[in-house]
Parts: sequence; C-alpha cells; structure tokens
Amino acid sequence: MDETIAEFIRRTILKIPMSEMMTVLEAWNFLSESQLQTLNLRQRKDSLAQSVVLLCEEKCASLSDAALLDIVCTQVHRHQKIWDVYQMSKGPGEDLDLFDIEQFKSSFKKILQRALRNVTVSFRDAEENAVWIRIAWGTQYTKPNQYKPTYVVYYSHTPYAFTSSSRLKSNIPLLGQALTVASKHHQIVKMDLRSRYLDSLKAIVFKQYNQNFEIHNPTAPLQERSVGLDINTDSRIIHENAVEKDKVQRITQETFGDYPQPRLEFAQYKFWKAAMLTTTPQTPTQSLQFHNRFLETKFKSDLNGGILADREEPLRCLIKFSSPHLLEALKSLAPAGIADAPLSPLLTCIPSRGMNYFKIRDK
Amino acid sequence: MSVLRPLDKLPGLNTATVLLVGADDALLQRLADSMLKTDCASELRVHLARSLPLPSNVNRPRVDLLVFVINLHSKYSLQSVEKSLHHVDASFFLGKACFLATGAGRENLCSVHRNTIVRLARTYRSPVLFCDLEVEGSRAAMAQRLARMLQISAGHVPGVSAMSLLSLLRSSESPSLEDL
Repeated sequence: MDETIAEFIRRTILKIPMSEMMTVLEAWNFLSESQLQTLNLRQRKDSLAQSVVLLCEEKCASLSDAALLDIVCTQVHRHQKIWDVYQMSKGPGEDLDLFDIEQFKSSFKKILQRALRNVTVSFRDAEENAVWIRIAWGTQYTKPNQYKPTYVVYYSHTPYAFTSSSRLKSNIPLLGQALTVASKHHQIVKMDLRSRYLDSLKAIVFKQYNQNFEIHNPTAPLQERSVGLDINTDSRIIHENAVEKDKVQRITQETFGDYPQPRLEFAQYKFWKAAMLTTTPQTPTQSLQFHNRFLETKFKSDLNGGILADREEPLRCLIKFSSPHLLEALKSLAPAGIADAPLSPLLTCIPSRGMNYFKIRDK
Repeated sequence: MSVLRPLDKLPGLNTATVLLVGADDALLQRLADSMLKTDCASELRVHLARSLPLPSNVNRPRVDLLVFVINLHSKYSLQSVEKSLHHVDASFFLGKACFLATGAGRENLCSVHRNTIVRLARTYRSPVLFCDLEVEGSRAAMAQRLARMLQISAGHVPGVSAMSLLSLLRSSESPSLEDL
C-alpha cells in the first residue's frame, strides 16, 4: 500500500470522534467483522489510527477505499460543511428520458478526467436515491489533493444537486458542466440558498418542509422560551391582551405552519438604494424596516436630507441575520413580542422561495 | 378605548394590583411569577399587558401601580411603551408609575441607550429602575422592590404615600441640566 494512502487513512481516522469510530468503520464496510473486533477502542486515538492503517495494509487498501472512508466520515459530519444548492433544468422539448445511475457515474467521471487528467472521483450510494460524490482535484500536472475535496450530493431523477462549498472556485464551472451533462440536463444555476444542514436544504427544495422531518441536533431549548408562556396556572396573573395574543399566534401559525422549520443559520439581504433618495427630497419618508433582536435598519429621506443628502453614489447596505436556527427564531419573533405580526414577506418567504441570499434593488 | 385612570374605582380589601406593560410577554410572565413568590402582607394581583389601551369590555380592579417594562435590547419594546404612554392619565405619574429597563447587565447587546430611558422617565417625572430580568437574582430583587412599591402606592403602608415615595426617589438622583 502506498505511503500517501496510509497517511490519508490515518488523518481521516484522526478526524473521527472516538464515540462514532465503530459506526463509521462499520459503515465503511471495508474491514471485516473479525478485523474490527481486534481493534482496541480504549487506546489513544493515534495508536488506534495506526492499527487501522496496519489492517488496511494487510488488505491492500486502494485510494478509492480510502476515499470511501472519507465520504462516510463526511456523511456522518455533514453539518460541518456549508452546502450550496444547484438547480438544473432541461431545455425545451427535452423530455424525461431514462436515467441510469451507473451511466451517470461513468460519464461524470469521464468528463472530469478528460478535462483535468489528475482527479479522484468516488461515489457512494445513499438513502433515497442519493449518490454522494467526492472529488479530489488535481490539474494536468499535479496530483489530486486528497485533503481539499469537494463533495456533491445528487438526488437522481431530480434536478437538484448539493455541493459543499470549496475554496477552489476555478473548478466550479467544470463541476457544473459535468453534473449537467451526466444527468442529461441542459442548464445549471446556483440557487441563492446555503446552509450547513443538508437535510433542511433538501426539505426546502423538495418542498417537504411542511412534513415532520428529522433535523440534526434538534433545538428544543430554543422553542421552550416562546411556547412556555402559554402555561399560566396562577389565577392571580391576568393577561390583558389575550385576544391580541391569540391573533398573533394565529398569524404566526398561518405564515409558518405548525411543523418544525427547516434549519438555516443565516439569511442575507443586499440593498442597492439608488441616489434617488437624495434627488427627490419631496418624498416624505421612505423607510424600510427590519426588526430583529439585534438589528433595526432604517433608510429615511426627509426634507432636510440628512447626511445622505450630499451622496452621489448609490447607497449600499448589507443586512445579515444569523441564528443557530434562523427560521424558528423568525417564527418566535412576534409571539415573543419582539416584532409586529405579520413579519415582512422578505423574511417569511425564505422556505417557499428557496432563497436565503437576496439582492434587492429599487424599482 | 379609554385612558387608564388611577383612582376611578374603589380599592379591594387588602388587595394591591400592579399592571406590567411591555412587549416581551415571557419576561413579564417571569417577573409576575417572582412578584407573587415574594413575602408580602397584601394580596397581590398582577395584570400583564403588551400595550395600552386595555380592552374596555373587561371588569378589572383598580390599578395601584403601573410599570412600563422596556427591554434595552429591543427598540421595538421602547416604541411600544412610548405609544402606550399616550393612553395613561397624567395623575398616574404622581407616584403610581415607574419605568423598568431590563437587559442592563449585558451592554454589548443593547440597542437602546440608557440615557434615552432616563430622559423618558424624567419627562414623565417618574422613577426608572435598571435591572436584568433574565438573571434570576436580579429578577427576585426587582420583584421584591416592586412589591414594596406596590404596597406603598396601594396605601397599605401606614405613613408613606406614593407621592412621598416619589419625592424620596427623585431626590436621590442628581438634577439634570434641564431641571436646573
């Protein structure tokens, strides 16, 4: 077995937490049951990694076996990556044709290899017709770098693919091309949707978010605060605005539904407010407001013009919302009395439009 | 939709009623719980409202103390209190109203400046109390203090009136520039 493969396996093993070691190794399905039983899980991690490497050497592990281990590892820790969503579309007149997963794999690999020559592509089938693809990029003249791979999750028979964000921006067009051609689509567009939570992204693009679905690390404590106020046992406490509160609850439920929200951790709004703010001082007040626990932004142009009056160039502004669980946070804004119900449609349209990066211009 | 008045009803026997007004329900609820837990000779009633005016179709007891709760972390809560203030009779501010600014402990999260609240309270000639209701200890202390103020303004403490308490609280502050 090659020295570099041994080192790659060793480093991958070191990334896995001890508590998940066995599950990952079993899911890898490379070492036999009896080999796994010889491993001593009570020793230190680097000696454990060493013994795994020794076992792999016995079985002459190849680079593709090592890559599979890396995929399994990423599948378990998928929420450590930030995922982009790509949407593909067919051209007019192109009908559904038969899709063969094997054919997809081979043509995907062929396209990348033809372009770069040095590239490692590995596949692993997952649940729900998903295929996980790992691509270690190289160039014409350099070997593939196994430590900075891109992961792609493609759901066959659907136009959606999820890719882990990578720093190698130059390879993204090629990756898009390989995906479109291999899956027999015509065009590929990057959606303005990103998150750590692959399952939530999937729920959003496949419109499954109104069903109960599993989320990584369920966030019970976040919800407790907002739900907790309904329990009012003491008769000496009287809620004066009960009717109003019910109304807020109802509106919130109408906008967000009754189900747990898909998990996103940020949303971003980019505004280009043009210079018209200053040229037409007759407009009494143009204001755009967002309420958030931390943030409120206001653009105003009144008769005096203020400090913005002399600005020639357009005013640009970027608003970022971030939260461990953004949509649940937005959902609890109005019931918690932090914002008025209903919320701005810009905030509530995130799951229905499948977007959390917005660019907003003046009409 | 009527203006809230302090002395338009007869008091109940040994009961003292406080009205907490603030946008953040959860905080009000927790403050109310803490107030009811305090050891107090009078029977306490706590009314919670998001904003004023109160719905007029309900029969409620006389309000002895009016507390406006402002969360320093949310401008929205300040705006909502400012709007509510229009629906309060001026005689409430003769010792039967106070402002409570919460979240004062964590300055990095504040989006409302303390001076804004101090100025607001001064405009209404009412005391302002800073605390952090999210913190258990601070909440309990504040609940105790409010319960005491409530007893005084309900007239359950012989020899001290709401007005005299107000003047005592005011004298402890240094006079502002506008007052001089």
